[in-house]
Amino acid sequence: MNDNIWILMSADAIAIATTLILAGLGALFTERAGVLNLGIEGILLASAVSSFLAADASGSIWLGLVFGALIGAILASVHAVLSVVFRANQIVAGLALVIFGTGLANFLGKPAEGKTINTVIEPLSFGSLSDIPVIGPIVFGQDIITYSAILLAIVSSRYLFSTRPGLELRATGDDPATVDAQGLSVARIRIRYTMFGGALVGLGGAWLMLAQSAGWHQAATTNGLGWIALALVVFAGWRPMRIIFGAVLFGFTLQLPFTLQAEQITFIPSAFLEMLPYLATLIALIALSRPGSRNLLGAPRSLGSPFVRDER
Amino acid sequence: MSNTSHEVAQGPHHTSGAAPTALSAHSIDKKFPGVLANDSVDFDVRAGEVHTLLGENGAGKSTLAAVLCGLYQPDAGYLIRNGKRINLSSPRAGLQHGIAMVHQHFRLVDRFTVSENVILGSRDLPYRLIRREIDEKVAAVAESYGLPIDPEAIVGTLSVGQRQRVEIVKALYQGAEILLLDEPTAVLVPSEVEKLFENVHAMTAAGKSIVFISHKLGEVVEISDRITVLRNGRVTGHVSGRGTTDTKELARLMVGRDIELNSQRATHAMGHEVLQIRDLSLDVDDVAVLTDISFNVRAGEMVGIAGVAGNGQRELADTIAGLISPTSGSITISGAMTTDRGPIAAREVGLAYVPEDRLGVGLVPSMSIIDNLLLTRNRQTVVDRFSVRPEATRLIEQFEIKANGPDHLARKLSGGNAQKVLLARELSGGRTATRLLVVCSPTRGLDVGAIETVRRILNDARSAGQAILLISEDLDEVLSLSDRVLVLYRGAVVHEALGEAAELSQVGAAMAGLSSQSH
Ligand SMILES: Nc1ncnc2c1ncn2[C@@H]1O[C@H](COP(=O)(O)OP(=O)(O)OP(=O)(O)O)[C@@H](O)[C@H]1O
Ligand SMILES: [Mg+2]
Repeated sequence: MNDNIWILMSADAIAIATTLILAGLGALFTERAGVLNLGIEGILLASAVSSFLAADASGSIWLGLVFGALIGAILASVHAVLSVVFRANQIVAGLALVIFGTGLANFLGKPAEGKTINTVIEPLSFGSLSDIPVIGPIVFGQDIITYSAILLAIVSSRYLFSTRPGLELRATGDDPATVDAQGLSVARIRIRYTMFGGALVGLGGAWLMLAQSAGWHQAATTNGLGWIALALVVFAGWRPMRIIFGAVLFGFTLQLPFTLQAEQITFIPSAFLEMLPYLATLIALIALSRPGSRNLLGAPRSLGSPFVRDER
Repeated sequence: MSNTSHEVAQGPHHTSGAAPTALSAHSIDKKFPGVLANDSVDFDVRAGEVHTLLGENGAGKSTLAAVLCGLYQPDAGYLIRNGKRINLSSPRAGLQHGIAMVHQHFRLVDRFTVSENVILGSRDLPYRLIRREIDEKVAAVAESYGLPIDPEAIVGTLSVGQRQRVEIVKALYQGAEILLLDEPTAVLVPSEVEKLFENVHAMTAAGKSIVFISHKLGEVVEISDRITVLRNGRVTGHVSGRGTTDTKELARLMVGRDIELNSQRATHAMGHEVLQIRDLSLDVDDVAVLTDISFNVRAGEMVGIAGVAGNGQRELADTIAGLISPTSGSITISGAMTTDRGPIAAREVGLAYVPEDRLGVGLVPSMSIIDNLLLTRNRQTVVDRFSVRPEATRLIEQFEIKANGPDHLARKLSGGNAQKVLLARELSGGRTATRLLVVCSPTRGLDVGAIETVRRILNDARSAGQAILLISEDLDEVLSLSDRVLVLYRGAVVHEALGEAAELSQVGAAMAGLSSQSH
């Protein structure tokens, strides 16, 4: 058996996990504020292609990343305005965003098809640490964004559970009327975190594009990672630290079928394995769309429902 | 805060005569479309006293309290705080002047701990919160007023009385000097009321002022240093002192006529069994909410269900009304099985239901009184407002509903008047001769005059041969009205007694779960 392919697989799984952590944290911040944004996949695609175009035009990968995050925030602001200001049905608004984001990405992506970027994000160098067998390339072979994503999850956890704004954010998702009664603006908090969440998703999309894909392949670029990110938040119980572990788990499950195929291990049909993450996602999304099951899962209480101040 | 706590021993009264005025309102006018809710009202509260606002439903008490805390801006008049004129543009501004209102609907996040709830919205905290420090700080504030509180407890697990205490601690934490308590006892059981009053004493001893609103005259007499009576938005009387006040006189001042405070149980014949419940059980999310409940209600009988809130009363009522399907067991109304057949089937055979949640389940807040009446009146496709109008007008009169006509929107009614509309709808115009009335907390939030009316109506209905299931947390009400009393504890009937023979102490013990299965 070839040990190398397993190490490569692990490295790839962590790479996928990076996008999932960023997009998952984005969805988590949005949902903690009480807004359900199902449009993550659309944002991911649109920001991926825009970051490609920006990096291509400017020659700077970093500019591409920033641009991706910016596009993510802008698209999320559309969702925020629809669901917070106009109190639209958030499920419908989110699905519309998927369609819009995908369409936009395909349109913008036309000229980019077949092109590749010649600069890449280099893995950080830890000197001889990377040469440790097995662990070296997996733990010390990643780029700065991957490490930042993990750090961000840790910081997010601290922010959410032990800072004043974190407390206000959680309260907004659970009980906006109480936050309103304190003289805080529910709308402002919700819009702010929906946009911030969108920026994180956008960064995830941009990184996936620039660091991982050789080029733009339309919807295959993200392969439904946006949907998986939404499910990940459910499985993580809306806790940032668990996002890291969930993302790694999903990352491995997504990579495993290719490796098994390459190794010609066939005792489990690889098509079945390929399906697993999506099946889990489907179940999580169904649960997320129904208020009853949402509560059972421990979702923020007001998730998906617009806030209207009691008239009396 | 700690420097004031040693005054507790002195008691609140020694200083009340000389104490300076903490907050005063002068010639306050507050108009709502069609009503003058406050009509040049003068009101003041001194440091260290309890000043009660008394008045019938719709008299303008809540409106005045809302003006005092900055929730409403008056159309005319002004407020003076510690000798200076103030302008309150929002509750936040009120808080900055040390004025806080404790709402009847608690504004608390269930999943948060007590201390997280208390500090939510405070601006003077550091960015980073250290749980232990906050807990200590909150506990210190609570203790300095003798309000024992566990800062780490999750609010969702607390009783109503404890939650109320969290609200009060929150107000104190935010620096409130004047607390407005709008019907704080309406949701409390007697033992919790006692605790609340202890807290009130501790606060007044520490120099805080309390504006208290309640319909329960006994309480008002017990707790108040001064009483101001409102009627139709105007101040109609001042009563001072505590203990000396005569409740009958107060009731007369409030409604302008003599009131029979103690309702009489009429003697009457009972007929066949209208409601039969057999082995009723209900599980919600695998938790048993109701277990093996069996009882009957006969025509001409009133059965009272006593119990502390949250012991399955609401679920029992909703199940009988067909809103929830039981896990097992059966419900028969007038000989027809209504289990699992939905609310309309139950209404077809004579059910009338007055739920606990008036504006949520009982009435449609955004519709007029007449449309709310129509909801149960006809099932025809075409809405016929015209033919119901005379009846609506009659009901508004009969139930003394304060509204400008049948087109008044339900959400613009005062709390007590909304309840009256609901009762009027359910108690009148049924489709069957014998009906089953399921009424939950029918007099909560009503003034004494209205309570008298409602109790009389219930008694009349019983005399007319209706079967009545009265579910109420007001133990006195259950005991004085019912022919039979059942006590619900953790979803099971733990005590049963005949109304006249029921002993307050035994029923009380059963409500607290201390009973030895006595039936
Ligand atoms: N937001 C509002 N819009 C329109 N009318 C209102 C509003 N709030 C109160 N009113 C009206 O003002 C009057 C006084 O109402 P308020 O709520 O102050 O009465 P209350 O004394 O608190 O009565 P209750 O004992 O029933 O609570 C009532 O006639 C009510 O219908
Ligand atoms: Mg009121």
